[in-house]
Amino acid sequence: MSTKVVERKPLSAWERSYIPSFLGGLGVTWNHFKRTAPFLGNKPITMEYPEQKWVVPEGYRGAPYLVKDQEGATKCVSCQLCEFVCPPKAIRITPPGENGQPADRANAEKMPREFEINMLRCIFCGLCQEVCPEEAIFLQKDYSLTGTSREEMVYNKEKLLKLGGTHAGIQKWKHKLEEAEAQESFPVATEPQKHSH
Amino acid sequence: MDFFQNLDPAVQFFIFSAVKIGVVFGVTMSFVAYSVLVERKVSAWIQDRVGPNRTSPPIAQFIPILGPFLTRLGIFQPMADGLKFLLKEDFTPNYVRLAYFWLAPAIAVIPAFLTLAVIPFGSTLGNPDNKMVIADLDVGILYTFGIVSLGVYGIVLAGYAANSKYPFLGGIRSTAQMISYEIAMGMSVVSVFLLVGDLNLSKVIEYQAHGGWLVFKQPLAFFIFLVAAFAETNRLPFDLPESESELVGGYHTEYSSMKFALFFLGEYANMIASSAMMVTLFFGGWTLPFLGEPASGLLGGLLHIGIFVAKMAAFMILFIWVRWMFPRFRYDQLMDLGWRRFIPLALANILVTALVVAFVNR
Repeated sequence: MSTKVVERKPLSAWERSYIPSFLGGLGVTWNHFKRTAPFLGNKPITMEYPEQKWVVPEGYRGAPYLVKDQEGATKCVSCQLCEFVCPPKAIRITPPGENGQPADRANAEKMPREFEINMLRCIFCGLCQEVCPEEAIFLQKDYSLTGTSREEMVYNKEKLLKLGGTHAGIQKWKHKLEEAEAQESFPVATEPQKHSH
Repeated sequence: MDFFQNLDPAVQFFIFSAVKIGVVFGVTMSFVAYSVLVERKVSAWIQDRVGPNRTSPPIAQFIPILGPFLTRLGIFQPMADGLKFLLKEDFTPNYVRLAYFWLAPAIAVIPAFLTLAVIPFGSTLGNPDNKMVIADLDVGILYTFGIVSLGVYGIVLAGYAANSKYPFLGGIRSTAQMISYEIAMGMSVVSVFLLVGDLNLSKVIEYQAHGGWLVFKQPLAFFIFLVAAFAETNRLPFDLPESESELVGGYHTEYSSMKFALFFLGEYANMIASSAMMVTLFFGGWTLPFLGEPASGLLGGLLHIGIFVAKMAAFMILFIWVRWMFPRFRYDQLMDLGWRRFIPLALANILVTALVVAFVNR
């Protein structure tokens, strides 16, 4: 076991006079002052928030929004997994019901009649995105949601879809449809038809 | 003017004094307001921040370039601050000693303004009898020291009256600080008056106009006075009575609204008074090395007042700047500095000055 002895020199009389620390402080403060003050350097570190905004990095987990596929169809199939998994119970889905409106894309069984996220409750945890089997909900880059009433902060399906935009990906149900159509023709094509994305 | 000339000299003197008091009070108050702004701005710049840059009355946005520029500089901020202090709820906690609680802010603020009365802030204005000092006292500096010492009672009373431990500790610290620094401050000034041979502050300036600034003749006395002034005004590195980090807010913890504003006002008015004192005693007051004679006209008089205010502003900036150079002194370091360094140094300085005056300058 070796012990390293740290030398602690007693302060010299010059150092104890506070003058070196005064001069050091003068230097440091002057350098910062000259860099920041207008008419000198004019480069404050402060980012003046509402006017200037930081660049949100890729993969940022902001507010969750619903997305559409590249053909403008709603991806959500109203399975309600996100509603069940949501820890603060911010999501509320109204399913279409027995004879409700059919989905706006072929072969998908249903889409939600209403899809609401209460942004006052949402904690941006991302479990809804993780659990979604359809890749229909994503945490996106918005982090500053404001409103003047509680009602306004409950985002409905229309608003969520509008804010979410499109998310191109494999169109699972379109693929299924093409397979089903291929079954109709005989003999069955050995190579599946090339489907467009 | 004939009407005025025909008045009794006593009445003339009364009117002149009233006008001077009004102007000095008004100028000091606006100086206080804007030194708060300067403090906030300079602090911000030293810390790489922007500082107040949003407050503006609705009219300001209609002025083309100047309006946004002034807003950016925070020129309107002091007005908003003042208004805030006036409109906030004046909260009195239970179990305070009410009479002292009400008295303390007044006692803290009044001495600061009273000291300004003896300071010659200019030579003459208009005619040679119209001296630019409110009270041309022959005991000038003694009066100042007597009054300045009263300021600490405001703080001690606030600490006592609040019936709360943090203000109480702040009050105690203030007492100890005052005792250790007032002595060194008084002693440092003795050597100045040994050289000048008069206690009247106008005479001190007259002496400096002919014999050069006293800061060059008494650098040690100036240094001690400067450090003691920081301690007297409770500014960092000696803001022990206030020390936000340990004592919440020190002596003014329990105060709110206008009563708190009075303490605030007192602190800044004290800074102004100390700056004015240092300018008068060591930096030639309203004189410059080539501008030593009392002004004959109105313009010259105004120029002298301008010189004085500029020197004072320089000291205010020093006060603000030093705040960011030093961390707060520990209590024992403060006492050590006061009793074991400055008092012996000041005594030695008096002795040397006395010997020089006795044997060389006779």
